[in-house]
Amino acid sequence: MESTVQPNLPGQAFTARHSLKGDIVRWSLITIVLLFFFSFLIIPLVSIFFEAFRQGVRVYLSSIVEADALSAIRLTLFVTLIVVPINAVFGILFAWVITKYSFRGKNFLITLIDLPFSVSPVIGGLIFILLFGQHSSLGQWLISHNINIVFNVPGIVLATLFVTFPFISRELIPLMQSQGTVSEEASIMLGASAWQTFIHVTLPNIKWALFYGIILCNARSIGEFGAVSVVSGHIRGMTNTMPLQIENLYNEYQFVAAFAIASIMSLLAILTMVIKVILENFIKKQTL
Amino acid sequence: MSRIQHSKKKQSIPGFGLTMGLSTLYLSLLVLIPLSLVFIYSARLGWTAFWNDVTDPRVVASYKLSFLTAFSAALVNLVFGLLFAWVLSRYTFPLKRIVDGLVDLPFALPTAVAGITLTTLYSEKGWIGKWLPFDVSFTPIGITLALIFVGLPFVVRMVQPVLQNFEHEVEEASASLGATPFQTFRRVIFPQLLPAALSGFSLAFARSLGEYGSVVFIAGNMPFKTEIAPLMIMTKLEQFDYPAATAIAVVMLVISFALILLINLIQWWSRIRYASH
Repeated sequence: MESTVQPNLPGQAFTARHSLKGDIVRWSLITIVLLFFFSFLIIPLVSIFFEAFRQGVRVYLSSIVEADALSAIRLTLFVTLIVVPINAVFGILFAWVITKYSFRGKNFLITLIDLPFSVSPVIGGLIFILLFGQHSSLGQWLISHNINIVFNVPGIVLATLFVTFPFISRELIPLMQSQGTVSEEASIMLGASAWQTFIHVTLPNIKWALFYGIILCNARSIGEFGAVSVVSGHIRGMTNTMPLQIENLYNEYQFVAAFAIASIMSLLAILTMVIKVILENFIKKQTL
Repeated sequence: MSRIQHSKKKQSIPGFGLTMGLSTLYLSLLVLIPLSLVFIYSARLGWTAFWNDVTDPRVVASYKLSFLTAFSAALVNLVFGLLFAWVLSRYTFPLKRIVDGLVDLPFALPTAVAGITLTTLYSEKGWIGKWLPFDVSFTPIGITLALIFVGLPFVVRMVQPVLQNFEHEVEEASASLGATPFQTFRRVIFPQLLPAALSGFSLAFARSLGEYGSVVFIAGNMPFKTEIAPLMIMTKLEQFDYPAATAIAVVMLVISFALILLINLIQWWSRIRYASH
């Protein structure tokens, strides 16, 4: 009994008591996790680069600077540059509405915002074909005025907007909920407008979480495949994004070229994870 | 008193109408109206045509396959997700920071990249496939593997914060009252983890049901055998059979909505349970 009175560090008494048996359990659990981690994450990651460099550096480089590959990279960057800022602005807006005001049906609104997460990306593409394709009257009218949305770049942008819609508000809402509205109320009472309050009070408080959300939104919009695949029409050099170009090359048995583009995308994914870890430390410091 | 109540109803920060209006407008234009079109379009076709499309044997086989593979993958992710969360929040070991940082990789890695990589690894001559006594590529096992990869982070990231915020005093109390570590886990820790674990499971399940990119390469897409439901939508679209594609989408959307409802019920239930403590 006396031992429990001693000022132990949390968990110390717990681990000290069951030393041998606890060690066996602990190390076998760690081993299982590491094995799973290596076979499911590390080996696939390594094999991407192995396959990409299978025929040497020169073949690797030439498959990246190939014209169709370059136009796919350009299109992906173009789409991402449109999608991420729009979803960032509206992500902030959603998080602001949900955390700074009180109103009925808030949980329902959150559910609606998260909807694209639970809907198949293929359906995310299908809906824009139904809306703007040849089969709808709106689509027919637009096509007769030479505005092609489906099987064209605007369709790719719309589908990507849909799929990445919840990312930023998802990151902001928990943080802004924990921060409450006291600082904003003080700022309003001191005579600032809502816009000034947002710029000078709210934004500095959420900047790291916002950046984190943007990083995730960016990764997904670069990599989105299902939704884009439905609306793109797979026209080479015109409506092929990087993931679609990978699919084309792979289906033509040009494995090295497919994995070369895949390796660039994997580097981006790894970079995203590194930035994420750094940002998480910033966010942790901020909430403490 | 009545004045206080009155002022409570009014928002303390101005701009509610404008921001609420703008955000619901964007939500409606991008998500709600396009999604409701799926139902409107299907309703216009009439019940018989709809029923014939959604009960076509090949389509029914694809629902079954999608449901089965997504469910098994989510179960595996539940078990390993709990294990990952436990090991990452409780133990220190070499490479821990790398494991913790890379668990989310499946969220950031494009699904098409995951698809071609897993297919190559598990093919007959692949690094892993050549050691396995059974076929993985072009079988439901391959589909399940791809879905496990895609859904791994969900349970880990839902459970990890709960474990990290867990009060050690409760565990120590349980241990000092004579419980074995296993009893402590089962009776004290596990009930607290359950809502987060179930939410993670449902999210992984919902994601896996709709997943397309990582699956199509490894599945081989043989009718009645390895065709998943999202692929059926794609196939019908390529045949310009829009009514059938939309009808399958209606079924999948209804299942997604049911899962969302389930997740909300779990969260509501856990809030009530914590409130009563």
